[in-house]
Amino acid sequence: MTHSILAAERLSLGFEGRTVVEELSLQFEQGSVTTIIGPNGCGKSTLLKGLSRLLKPTAGRVLLEGRDVLSFSQRELARRVAVLPQTPQAPSGLTVTELVTRGRHPRQKWYQQFSAGDEAAVVAALAATDITDLADMALDDLSGGQRQRAWISLALAQESDILLLDEPTTYLDLAHQVEVLELVRRLNRELGRTVVMVLHDISLAARYSDRIVALRGGRVEAQGEPVDVVTPELLWSVFGLRAQVVPEPSEGRPHVIPLGAGADDASRLGAA
Amino acid sequence: MLLDCSGTHRLRAIFLAYYPWGSAVTAVLPRVPLAEGRRRRAPARGLGAAVVLLLAALLGSVLIGGLESSLADVWHALATPDGSVADVAIRELRWPRTLNGLVVGACLGIAGCLTQAHTRNPIADPGLLGIYSGAALAIVTGSLLGGAALEAPGPQAVLAFVGAVAASALVFAVGSASRHGVTTVTLVLAGAAVTALAGGLVSVIVLSNDAALDTLRFWQLGSIAVRGGMIPGVLPFLVVGLLLAALNIGSLNALALGEETAASLGVDVRRSRTVGVAAIAVLAAVAVTLAGPIAFAGLLVPHLARRLVGLDYRWQVPCSAVLGAAVLLLADTAGRVVARPGELPVGVLLAVIGGPFFIHLARRRKLVSL
Amino acid sequence: MSATVTSPRPRLRPRVLRAGQVSFVLRPRVLLVGLLAVAVLLLAVLAHLMFAGRPLSLGDVLRGLATPAGTPPRLTLQVQEFRLPRTVAGALAGACLAVSGALTQNVARNPLATPEILGVTSGASLGAVSVLVLAGGGAGGLSGVAAALGLPLAAAAGAVLFGGTVFLLAFRRSQDLLDSNRMVLVGLGATAVATSLVTWMLTLGDVSNAAQALTWMSGSLNGRDWDAVIPVVAVALPLLLLSAMAGRWLLLGSFDDNTARSLGLPLRVTRPALLLLAVLLAAAGTVLAGPVAFVALVCPLAARHVTGAVVPPLGVTALLGAAFVVVADLVAGFLLPHALPVGVLTTVLGAPVLIALVLRSQRRTS
Repeated sequence: MTHSILAAERLSLGFEGRTVVEELSLQFEQGSVTTIIGPNGCGKSTLLKGLSRLLKPTAGRVLLEGRDVLSFSQRELARRVAVLPQTPQAPSGLTVTELVTRGRHPRQKWYQQFSAGDEAAVVAALAATDITDLADMALDDLSGGQRQRAWISLALAQESDILLLDEPTTYLDLAHQVEVLELVRRLNRELGRTVVMVLHDISLAARYSDRIVALRGGRVEAQGEPVDVVTPELLWSVFGLRAQVVPEPSEGRPHVIPLGAGADDASRLGAA
Repeated sequence: MLLDCSGTHRLRAIFLAYYPWGSAVTAVLPRVPLAEGRRRRAPARGLGAAVVLLLAALLGSVLIGGLESSLADVWHALATPDGSVADVAIRELRWPRTLNGLVVGACLGIAGCLTQAHTRNPIADPGLLGIYSGAALAIVTGSLLGGAALEAPGPQAVLAFVGAVAASALVFAVGSASRHGVTTVTLVLAGAAVTALAGGLVSVIVLSNDAALDTLRFWQLGSIAVRGGMIPGVLPFLVVGLLLAALNIGSLNALALGEETAASLGVDVRRSRTVGVAAIAVLAAVAVTLAGPIAFAGLLVPHLARRLVGLDYRWQVPCSAVLGAAVLLLADTAGRVVARPGELPVGVLLAVIGGPFFIHLARRRKLVSL
Repeated sequence: MSATVTSPRPRLRPRVLRAGQVSFVLRPRVLLVGLLAVAVLLLAVLAHLMFAGRPLSLGDVLRGLATPAGTPPRLTLQVQEFRLPRTVAGALAGACLAVSGALTQNVARNPLATPEILGVTSGASLGAVSVLVLAGGGAGGLSGVAAALGLPLAAAAGAVLFGGTVFLLAFRRSQDLLDSNRMVLVGLGATAVATSLVTWMLTLGDVSNAAQALTWMSGSLNGRDWDAVIPVVAVALPLLLLSAMAGRWLLLGSFDDNTARSLGLPLRVTRPALLLLAVLLAAAGTVLAGPVAFVALVCPLAARHVTGAVVPPLGVTALLGAAFVVVADLVAGFLLPHALPVGVLTTVLGAPVLIALVLRSQRRTS
């Protein structure tokens, strides 16, 4: 039984007097890929921020490698956890390479400003998201999708064991979406990285994750393997979506087919 | 951005401190539910509260002073004057002063609201367009070249007006020289540059000419007292400014969404900015002419207006006008009360009270961003 | 938004110097500009010493500085006691204000932010004007060191009081972080209070007091002697050194809060530290030369523009600031028909430079 490298224990998160996540307990096993799904405003991003200590818990705690996450220094944390936030902002004029190089910061010292290992990591990160030819371009000049891949490279360059990705595929076309998710799968299978990500596309989430957590109103509605979680009943109760779920051809993972407004009740039971 | 009613409490507290009948008014202040993340604002009630505040401020301004008066005295003086001391005090001193404060406050309120709208910056005030530096430059130049003749209130007012309008025209011209025409960034930059240059020139003049410095340092204080008789002279400009502002309100809500979105909603961005800057220039110039530079009002009042009526400019602009007048009159009256028998300049009082209040707003709840 | 095809930024790739475990990133363009800036500063200083008053030749100035055998004591006095303090004050004030500007722009996350928004300069003005107006010219009739220090002390007290208050009020306990927006707003409120009080004070007392006060407020290096300068040097130099070390926080600090923290930058510590440095440096600069306008705004932008760096390199910024003020003082104080405070000239020179820089960068990004 693998141990959980990251866990939330009765975690409550909120800001400005509002509680967004309430008494949530979750465990993430080392070497697993978990996707969090849920309707807008259910607390997915907030949860991710809480897990990475970008938000301090109002109650409960987050455990990283068995220790309270608050006991790590900012650098130690950054060496272990890489976060891709939702709307990152970089100073204007930064090139792609300069951005990705920032990912090495947690491992650099004032006399070790850019070692050979750093350089190799940056080159590998750029190659992994296929933006090597954009390396010298300014971030401001890139398209939304290219910029997103650059930010993903930044997270990769950190070479941390845990990757928290908040909607890493929003602006990408389908080909690039799949590319990023395949990359995540490779990192997980070949390098043993633990990944927790937030995705909107449930079918892709089901296909590329070991585990799915469905959130609603700051609480866990369901968690488990994709085939158990992604069901028409859950889609209805969590998203208010009428849909059919069919197994897709390559691995039999659940694939969501939304039904129009005029669907009758019989099709809710997911006839194959 | 969320607000709750703590700011309203604060407003209430300040109000109560000055007027014994304030408690009646607080009943009218809109009750906004405490921060549950809900912002429910009834703009009409907010505006109504502002109007009530203004009425109270008007009354206070007329009634309070060296000579205590009552409502009956006021009615007597305005409707059936008979030359008594009480009547003269009201007709010649307090009433013009109150009227002056009303006009100046309203102009500053609207100009401030429009400035913040067009620069998309909640810490902008009309001075950003070079209004105050331009007026100051004109005044000291007049003092330098024309001597005592140009230091009387009448000519000074004319100079201030011309200087203010000229400076804002220059700012607009420089701001539209860039490829994109007048955008928020170019406007702010051009304004900063012109303000700085004019300010530099003012320094050069006053540091080499004592008479000019003397003129400047008193004019700089800002006061709604002295120039009361000037209102008829600026009336046409006042009307023009108000019309321009009214014309501009329509496109402001769309512009708040960004220039591209506004354009796709059918707003002529260029024309709207031109009209807006013209309105700001004229109204602020009128205010400067009547009362000298009272900078903080244009910054503070729109924030208060937003708290009362929300972001819709169709409510925000009128409310800024009403609140601007109210705040200015309150500050002026307070200045007369606090430092009896002398008086504290309205600009100083406004900043000394308004400043910490502004800080308080910034700390306790988020100020409404644009 | 489709990708626009542009050529890569015209910027030399950093070279890396590696030896075993140690590695250093060299930025050729920054180094080059730095050297140039040193040269310019040296020239400016020498020119200032030569022309600040009765023109001295370069040889005389060098002899006055180095005092080889046979140098007339009058020359030494002239150069070292009368002129050098003013030059040093100007250079140091420029350096302090420029670095303070760079730090403020970083913490406020706004390229147009200046230390003025922290309330430091208006607080200093309030202190200085109070002394000049209330004590009635000449710092209340005190003499010697007290007179020389009375004004700077009051200015320093005002600067630290207001700057410190803004600093404290800008903390946001809920998120345990210094909020950039809140800092700007709080500073604005504080500045409004101080400025209005200053305006009012200018009307108390007579015109000559007002003229003195206004001169100080325009930024002036008149009458600086070692008594006033040395104490500030002792404070300012360590501050500048600390800033040099804190410079590596600048780049990460200019990202959004979440990214910066997730990359390992302890924002909770760095941001208040940078802000405190900015306040103290601005106070030092303002005490030395009054609130010299535009130095804090223009020099970091110029440093960034000329070196092509993303955040202004602090060394270059300091050098540019020093050179700027020394040159401005030379021109304003001694080369114009009528002597003017240095602040007037920095304004006149700085405003067009500012416009040009920002319009240039606007054109490039669109």
